[in-house]
Amino acid sequence: MNLMFIILIPSLVIGLLVALPVFSESQIELKTFLTHSGAVIQTSGDIIDPIYLESTVEFDPMEYLRTFHYGNVSELPDGTVLREFTIIAEDDKIMEISPGVFYNVWTFNGTVPGPTIRATEGDTLRITFINNGFKAHTMHFHGIHPSEMDGVFELVGGKNYGGEFVYEFKAGPTGVHPYHCHVMPLEEHIAHGLYGVLIVDPPEGRPQADEMVMVLNGFDTDFDTENNFYAANTIPFYYQHHPIQIETGKLIRVYVVNMVEFDPINNFHLHANLYKYYPTGTDLVPSFFTDMITLSQTERGIMEFIYDYPGKYLFHAHKVEFSEKGWVGIFLASNSTEG
Amino acid sequence: MTVSNYSPKWKVAASGIIPFLFLVALMAYIFGPGADLLTSEVEIPEITIEKVDFVDSEIQATVRNTGRVAVDIAVADVNDRIQPAAVEPDRYLERFELAIVRIPFEWNVAEPYSIGITLGDGLRFEKVVDAAAPALAPTLDLAIFFTVIGTYVGVIPVMIGLLWLPFIKRISKQKYHFFLALTAGLLFFLAIDSIEESLEVSDENLSGSFNGTLLVATITVLSFLGLYYAGSQLVRRAGSAKFTKPVAIALMISIGIGLHNFGEGLSIGAAVGLGSIAFSTFLIVGFAIHNTTEGIAIAAPMSRGKLMVGKLALMGLIAGTPAIFGALIGGFAYSPFTSVIFLAVGAGAIFQVLFVILKWIHEENNGDLSNIAAVSGFGVGMSVMYLTSVLV
Repeated sequence: MNLMFIILIPSLVIGLLVALPVFSESQIELKTFLTHSGAVIQTSGDIIDPIYLESTVEFDPMEYLRTFHYGNVSELPDGTVLREFTIIAEDDKIMEISPGVFYNVWTFNGTVPGPTIRATEGDTLRITFINNGFKAHTMHFHGIHPSEMDGVFELVGGKNYGGEFVYEFKAGPTGVHPYHCHVMPLEEHIAHGLYGVLIVDPPEGRPQADEMVMVLNGFDTDFDTENNFYAANTIPFYYQHHPIQIETGKLIRVYVVNMVEFDPINNFHLHANLYKYYPTGTDLVPSFFTDMITLSQTERGIMEFIYDYPGKYLFHAHKVEFSEKGWVGIFLASNSTEG
Repeated sequence: MTVSNYSPKWKVAASGIIPFLFLVALMAYIFGPGADLLTSEVEIPEITIEKVDFVDSEIQATVRNTGRVAVDIAVADVNDRIQPAAVEPDRYLERFELAIVRIPFEWNVAEPYSIGITLGDGLRFEKVVDAAAPALAPTLDLAIFFTVIGTYVGVIPVMIGLLWLPFIKRISKQKYHFFLALTAGLLFFLAIDSIEESLEVSDENLSGSFNGTLLVATITVLSFLGLYYAGSQLVRRAGSAKFTKPVAIALMISIGIGLHNFGEGLSIGAAVGLGSIAFSTFLIVGFAIHNTTEGIAIAAPMSRGKLMVGKLALMGLIAGTPAIFGALIGGFAYSPFTSVIFLAVGAGAIFQVLFVILKWIHEENNGDLSNIAAVSGFGVGMSVMYLTSVLV
């Protein structure tokens, strides 16, 4: 009989240890959350819902939305404007890109997207690019400039190259353009977050408006060449839970740039309204009046619209997969305070 | 006179413990704090979604941390679309810890769903369910249903098999050995069948960290050893008390078959529970036909003593009723892990019975297993099982 116990008892103990659920201490108070279809659910456990509190967000999409960098402005001997910028690349930052999800972002000036650079057509841009990353990086601007300013062949930083490069060229043409790292493997460098927006204003300017930038992007957090998260301005669902405040009767101008990798197209649908659309922003006359545009990789444009009625209005990818993975937001229109 | 005969107990204990202490020291040196010999590169977290239940307006995924590092659950999705969800008891899982992810979702019956869980480092794991079916609520009706199914599969076929007893009783010793060997063949087939099934369940549902194949091997051997020891105690006492040796052997066979039938019940219950009605119908018919042969296995050793109808019926019940309990547990509380364990235990039990029968034939033939009755019986037994498994 002893032998049997010697065999059976350890095997029973091991079996129980593995088979029995080992629950950790559970909380007693119930928490409540809302489903996407509005049902109220209670749980004694943890809620996993991509709601970001403003206090905990590492990258603030609301701040990014309306921030434009005009650079250090001075006048050149020929009387034109010089705008100087310093952009620092890094590739070792871990950022919480959605509540509880941490991802190694590669950044220009510490954020994804990088800073929105803004100039008037004909200004000289002088961008001191410092690469503090472990890999080589560059800045490749879409637009018109000399070959050596194209950020493709002059690698910066990494193992074999110097860590600094000065890009200097005249801003142009008028429009909204992306900039991004152009080091191979390109898809990797873009998907990790090395991109941003360059806005070139027409010399005569555009009408006064509430202006904002939206970079449509995504993150492939498990490296299977499919995005796990999508967003307007990096953080999934952010503008859904923190609506963008606008005023009725006021012109809204959105500079939208599609930087989504892996998926061939993205799109932008606005609710209860239509917008004038300027593809690439190069023309001052709108090409479309629509509520739906389709954007391929790095395709971009300017949208202008006015809301007449106060209330909440969705905007999202009508490729609904993207919106259900975070590329969705709300404009909250309130009555104009002016006049 | 040797020294060891007079060593004090503490010396014996010390000589046993000292090498063990060296082993502990070695492990501490390699893995302990400050040890940098084996600083690992990247530890990739892993979870396994062991089960998905479809309940009222909600999908519930049972998630186990099957990797080497603690993980935190960050996002739940249905068909790759992110959904707000709750994790109970909490979203931080230590190794082997379980959590239930409750995803409120208006799912549709019979549609396929993939349930995804994304961890804090962005890795996504998913489980695909071929057709959503409501999780079985433990109602009385359903309990009765499972009991009836278990009876059809386990009890009745075994009883039918027992009806061959008068036939086996009337035949010559050589033919009798043929039937014993036939039983052995049947059982050998069943044992392999159980092992195959448990490996399959573990491959499909358990993560690699359980070492599925070795788990099955270990449990099978432990079950064999345990029952072998218990069985030999039983046979040793046989003859002196109310047991005769044939009865003892028949009893062991019925216990072994009972354990096996419990495993069969589990798979039927689970199949019904997971909504694969066609599959469960197939299982029920197949097991019912298979199991009549188990009746023969019990009847064969009993045929040489007096006819003991009461004992025979009791053994039929011991062999058959576990199918009922298996079906109930499989239907209401299916867990792939327990399924693997019970299938492996059943396999070990059958190997034990097989061993005893072969030993018996061996003894009765004065140490010869190569006689025509034994060899052909074993071969026919396996062939019959194979053919029924193909045809059904």
